[in-house]
Amino acid sequence: MHDSAHNHLTFADVTAGDELPELVHDVSATTVILGALASRDWRPMHHDRDFAQQRNGTRDIFMNTPNQAAWLERYITDWAGPKARIGRYKFRMGEPVCPGDRMTFTGRVESTDIDDLGCGWVALDVSLVVANVAKTRFTARVALPVDAQDNPWARGAARWRP
Amino acid sequence: MPKKSSIASLWCSLRLIVKTMCDADDFTIGLDEALSWIDVERHAVTGEFEVERGYFYTTCAAVQNGNPIYWDDAAAEAITDGPTAPLTMLSAWFRPHYWVPGRDTIPLPWQTHFDLKETLALPEAVATDSEVVFGEPIRPGDRINSVETLRSLSEVKSTKLGRGRFWVIDCVCRNQRGDWVGTETMTGFGYRKG
Repeated sequence: MHDSAHNHLTFADVTAGDELPELVHDVSATTVILGALASRDWRPMHHDRDFAQQRNGTRDIFMNTPNQAAWLERYITDWAGPKARIGRYKFRMGEPVCPGDRMTFTGRVESTDIDDLGCGWVALDVSLVVANVAKTRFTARVALPVDAQDNPWARGAARWRP
Repeated sequence: MPKKSSIASLWCSLRLIVKTMCDADDFTIGLDEALSWIDVERHAVTGEFEVERGYFYTTCAAVQNGNPIYWDDAAAEAITDGPTAPLTMLSAWFRPHYWVPGRDTIPLPWQTHFDLKETLALPEAVATDSEVVFGEPIRPGDRINSVETLRSLSEVKSTKLGRGRFWVIDCVCRNQRGDWVGTETMTGFGYRKG
């Protein structure tokens, strides 16, 4: 399966220092609430502005953790393609992302390596930026096919060391 | 006549308020009990429903994720050997329903986070860091089991939010066959304002 509508990066296509294309999205209340409910997060600070302002001291409702992760997943696979398999990610949320924010994802390849099981890995640094302020910083370790025949998703537990 | 669980919930809230009012500078409240939880498995939970594709679409729609492995069965078959859940939905599969008939209180995911708030008399708490490592893909029909472990509890720290403690909690997730599907690690900060 190799469609032309999506990227299909292989390990050889990627070099440390490569920049990922930016992704820009205007955050609305729908962005925040839909993302929270899709992740089954019913906490009121993600849908109730009064609660968010009075209890959390934020200016509005704000994006929840799994929704930020889902945006990260989309950002990575938009760039790398459907065979890219995320092994791990980590992020720190500095300031909340609220309706009215224009968020921009930027990313960079920090390093690449092939592990002793033959799996090709790229380490990414990604930032979610609003008005030139990095609100959330992510790191991710992502497996890419080492060649056109390889598929990281085909690796079972014994050959998968994220 | 309020039910027992409602009274218990009210009692917990009152206890937290009283504890906090008693001595706003006492950060040793409940400390020994909380420390005893470190490296001990707690709150084993079985997801309340089977993993289902409706949520896959809603999650992808929420972030406009057009990855064909989530939308196109042929692509899913070719690449992931059939449909799989978006990876970052891991926690969705063990979060409880908002309401269930006959249940008076809403159970909370990351219950250890809320236990720490109450035991340490820290009325507010936020998640600051999240780390997830992924194992076997999660597929429609799976039932996800999770168990939490408190890994660390910090000294008292001051931040712009207030004074309190940071904690790190692991949540290890397995499917119904016992295969490891992922581990989520959450760093929380429980605090008193001001």
